[in-house]
Amino acid sequence: MAGLMVGFGHYTHAIVRGIPASLAKEALRSSQSEVDVVNARREHEAYVEVLGTRLGLEVVELPADESLPDCVFVEDAAVVCGDTALITRPGAESRRRETEAMKGALKDLNLNIVEMTDENATLDGGDVLFTGREFFVGLSKRTNQRGAEILADAFKDYAVSTVPVLEGLHLKSFCSMGGPGLIVIGSSEPAQKALKIMQQMSDHRYDKLTVPDDLAANCIYMNLPNKGHVLLHPTAEEFPESVKVFEKLKDHMLIPVSNMEKVKVDGALTCCSVLINKKGNI
Amino acid sequence: MTTESGTDSEAKQPQENKETEKAKAAAEPTSPQNQPEQLPAAAGHSTPARTEQERQEEDLVSHRSSTSRLSRSPLRGVKKVKIMQCKVTLLDGSDFTLNVEKRAKGQVLFDKICDHLNLLERDYFGITCRDVENQKNWLDPSKELKKQIRTGPWNFAFNVKFYPPDPSQLTEDITRYYLCLQLRDDVVSGRLPCSFATHTVLGSYTVQSELGDYDPEELGSDYISELRFAPNQTKELEEKVMELHKTYKGMTPAEAEMHFLENAKKLSMYGVDLHHAKLVGSLYECLAPAEGEDSEGVEIMLGVCSSGLLIYRDRLRINRFAWPKILKISYKRNNFYIKIRPGEFEQFESTIGFKLPNHRAAKRLWKVCVEHHTFFRLVSPDAPPKKFLSLGSKFRYSGRTQAQTRRASSQIIRPAPLFERSSSKRYNMSRSLDGAPIMENHETLMKDSAADGAAKVIAKGDIITTVTTEKKAEEEKAEQEDAQMDAVEMPEPMATTPLRQDTKSDADEDSEMRTQTQDEKPAGEGTKEEVEPKVTEAAGYLVKYVVDSIATDLATSSGPHGISLSTTMDDDVFMDGTLREVDEKTPDSQEEVSERAEMKVSPGAVRQEVSQAISDKKGTLIILKEAEDKVDTEGKETSAADEEEAPVVPGEAEAGENEMLSKEKEYIKEDMSVVLEAKTTVVKTQSPTMEIKTDDMTQIKGSGSPKKAMASWISEGVKTDASEVIGVSTKQVKEMKTFDAMQQKAEIFTFVKEVQTEQSKSSLTQITVSESSSTSLSVSTLGWVSSSEKASAEPEERAVVATETEAAPVESTGPTSLDAVEVGTKEMPVVHTETKTITYESAEVDTNGDVDPGVLLSAQTITSETSSTTTTTHITKTVKGGISETRIEKRIVITGDTDIDHDQALAQAIKEAKEQHPDMSVTKVVVHKETEITPEDGED
Repeated sequence: MAGLMVGFGHYTHAIVRGIPASLAKEALRSSQSEVDVVNARREHEAYVEVLGTRLGLEVVELPADESLPDCVFVEDAAVVCGDTALITRPGAESRRRETEAMKGALKDLNLNIVEMTDENATLDGGDVLFTGREFFVGLSKRTNQRGAEILADAFKDYAVSTVPVLEGLHLKSFCSMGGPGLIVIGSSEPAQKALKIMQQMSDHRYDKLTVPDDLAANCIYMNLPNKGHVLLHPTAEEFPESVKVFEKLKDHMLIPVSNMEKVKVDGALTCCSVLINKKGNI
Repeated sequence: MTTESGTDSEAKQPQENKETEKAKAAAEPTSPQNQPEQLPAAAGHSTPARTEQERQEEDLVSHRSSTSRLSRSPLRGVKKVKIMQCKVTLLDGSDFTLNVEKRAKGQVLFDKICDHLNLLERDYFGITCRDVENQKNWLDPSKELKKQIRTGPWNFAFNVKFYPPDPSQLTEDITRYYLCLQLRDDVVSGRLPCSFATHTVLGSYTVQSELGDYDPEELGSDYISELRFAPNQTKELEEKVMELHKTYKGMTPAEAEMHFLENAKKLSMYGVDLHHAKLVGSLYECLAPAEGEDSEGVEIMLGVCSSGLLIYRDRLRINRFAWPKILKISYKRNNFYIKIRPGEFEQFESTIGFKLPNHRAAKRLWKVCVEHHTFFRLVSPDAPPKKFLSLGSKFRYSGRTQAQTRRASSQIIRPAPLFERSSSKRYNMSRSLDGAPIMENHETLMKDSAADGAAKVIAKGDIITTVTTEKKAEEEKAEQEDAQMDAVEMPEPMATTPLRQDTKSDADEDSEMRTQTQDEKPAGEGTKEEVEPKVTEAAGYLVKYVVDSIATDLATSSGPHGISLSTTMDDDVFMDGTLREVDEKTPDSQEEVSERAEMKVSPGAVRQEVSQAISDKKGTLIILKEAEDKVDTEGKETSAADEEEAPVVPGEAEAGENEMLSKEKEYIKEDMSVVLEAKTTVVKTQSPTMEIKTDDMTQIKGSGSPKKAMASWISEGVKTDASEVIGVSTKQVKEMKTFDAMQQKAEIFTFVKEVQTEQSKSSLTQITVSESSSTSLSVSTLGWVSSSEKASAEPEERAVVATETEAAPVESTGPTSLDAVEVGTKEMPVVHTETKTITYESAEVDTNGDVDPGVLLSAQTITSETSSTTTTTHITKTVKGGISETRIEKRIVITGDTDIDHDQALAQAIKEAKEQHPDMSVTKVVVHKETEITPEDGED
């Protein structure tokens, strides 16, 4: 019946958040670049459109908060698996309050909320890779051991392995799931090394899909009724070579989603939504 | 509690025999499955299996008479048998009380319990008992109960030892039922953490299994709170469970259990045996330290499971070492080490150390690792011929692998047994199945063992108080016994290693477990082909194997790093040089080959090597598959030979390891260790000729105390010829020398490689030369009997055939080694020890006589270890004068104390060797005993 760990990629709901004008100047970023908020919003609208209209998810859209320039990147504020939602404690001080709205939205969805209250713990959802069988948590500038421990506590059924993130912002800055047992990974050395570690740590075997660009390795995989395998990936405009690789995935419905503006503030595709599966949970 | 029993038929027999029989009896009746497996072995044998046994027994007798040391062996004709009452806590929480003889082995108790439970698929289970520290220890089925229980009443628990990764593959529902019971306890006790959702799912299946369909009328509304599902069970959980339960109407108990298991098996901690430890030494690169943190001394948990070793820090997995990744596992004092195969980007092996709370914990962890590796990895799925299976059936429970047990259970034909599932009552009591109070707190789980232990203490407090110093001392001894094992090799299962290795040897303090890489072998195969052209053309069949690897075990190694690399000699250290298989091949390829070989060098006080002779008459066969591929080698294959060897090749590229294990008893005396070496040589002949030689050597040496007084060697050699044939014996070269040299160089892995390479090259050269060599024929008709007679008659007459002292480990490694023909034994006496070696050979066939080594086709050495023994198997194939001969030489080192019956151990070793190679004969047995001259010696 309600078997555990079944239905990887099944989602019914998505939580997203608007882009505040403050994103342009105040959002954290690793490179100095100007963000065009208008373009970013247009981009984000298209993204939400794909989730809601095209894929049929029920989208919960939280309002932007000008005092939280990074709030559009909701992924970092919560980790949802099954019927449990872990409200994180983001590594960046300026982002801590982003969790408040997120917590409210998740509560409304009747999820079991687990909060990370330990003041020594930090965790960004962007460092959490859930493969359907286990978690990998990147230990990065934003996520520490304690945060990972709390995550492990919240999701006891699964193995939680830590992976050092030596370069890049988050673990998922260079990888993501491309399907059940399929890890999309960038080709940079740190990315490949991280993959090796993940493979070593796992009891399971994963296939890998290596793409030339690390940033292109951040995709959103879903397995939806009537649609099968769906993969949201960056556009050919941004990463032509990587897209060629995605196009080899014959079984997937491939949906290119532009992310040119948000990437300037280190936002990737997965960053902009929290996906939830309300069915199938007890 | 002890009572006397009347005349026991067994009691009349000499104890050794008795024990042997018991062990046998225990093993045989136990599982019907065994029978089929044994048959092939017997069939392949020239003589009936029974006869063999008898012969062996005779051997035992003779041995005993021949050795003064043996005088200590148990008296004959003892009629009094002490009976002990055992209380076993079963998986459903009930206690089962039964009586067993005090001297009975663990297997006897285990079988009785399984019989009581009507359980046929037994190999996944085991018996635990609590030690003084209240830690759970697995009973060794092959050891006497009384030696494993030093204090307190004989209380045990029946538990799942090896959690099948896929329970649906179990044959019987009843087996799954017991597994479910174990898991329910694991869950309730918190050892198996799971989420709320999982608790509800598992709980609902439990309810369905135990109570059947949801029926409010009959069950009432509160029926569920009588059951325990979680460490901290809430009303909410119970309600959810009930909700799910309602949806299961019509589901049978067996189905519900299957669902339960399907869910449970996915839990990340399913079947993971956790051990507390701290990191020692350098940090492996994959370990992720918290920022600014020194990895040294970090508290971690080591989890042993079917796939390997997991390392946790708090709840986080910080590393994982799959069995194939592990080259060696060892422990010393309270340290536990794993040697890791170099990864893609690393050039060198690395050793990671962990500090356990104490020596016992380190040993316990080590043993569990050895057992899990053996059970889950050792037999490849496409296992070879039945012959191999026969091996399994002989072995003790701990040695039977999952593959074997699956095969065996597939033959279960009985109708599904009826059994009751009403075990819910146990949950009413606030105790877990093993008697420990249920921990309400999940959080403690990761710390399970400790927490568990503490709990136990309370429960069995009385026991603890009874511990006396003396007993402790005994325990120490016991520990040593167990600990003896030094190294166990971990052959990759994938490789077609049909054999199991579950040898355990105990070293005084540390033990090592080695993993053999299959990689080593694969290379060989490929290479061989290359070689063929040359050799084959000329002689018609020349394939060569070069032995390159050397494994050394240390009983005691100095320093944390000393285990594998150190060359230092410690008085207390026992050294063992083992050769690992290197593949032969063309000179070119050799380098590659050699790379794979590993070396272990251990500083041992004593090191011995046994050389063996191998004679082959048509080389082709022996060559395994390669031979086939090659020139049609003379076509004939000896049945036995092929079967045994063939598997190796077929395996994957990696295949190639043949391992033979012999089990031994462990003996350990505090200060003394007995080394038993058994060499078995198997010769396969092509058509008409067949020869088998076996050499067994026993060495007893004193280790423990700095003074090792003397060592005496007794070697017996028996040579038998297979009926058909004329055996041509060629002396094979076994080079201790080589080994030694290698060992010396072994300090660094790299060095080893070089050495090996050298060797292999040299050997190749040699081969060519020898091709022309003459052949000597020997027909030996002596069976075991004869050999034994000889042995008894004049055990010591035969003097030392060849003893070499390895004072200087370095001997010429090069070509010379090949040339050297050794009688069979080379020894390196330790300074303090005196060594005597006596060799008996049934036939005149002496290696010595033959100067001509013949053409060496292949040589391979495999080492395996159990807690008590180290077994080194050296397989050499030679072609001489158109006749190929395969010799298998086994060297078994038993470290033990005088309490143990060495004769029996030797007999057992011989027996096993014969069982493993039914078509070969034992031609030579060399027993080397090393004894300490201390007062204790007198006892013996």
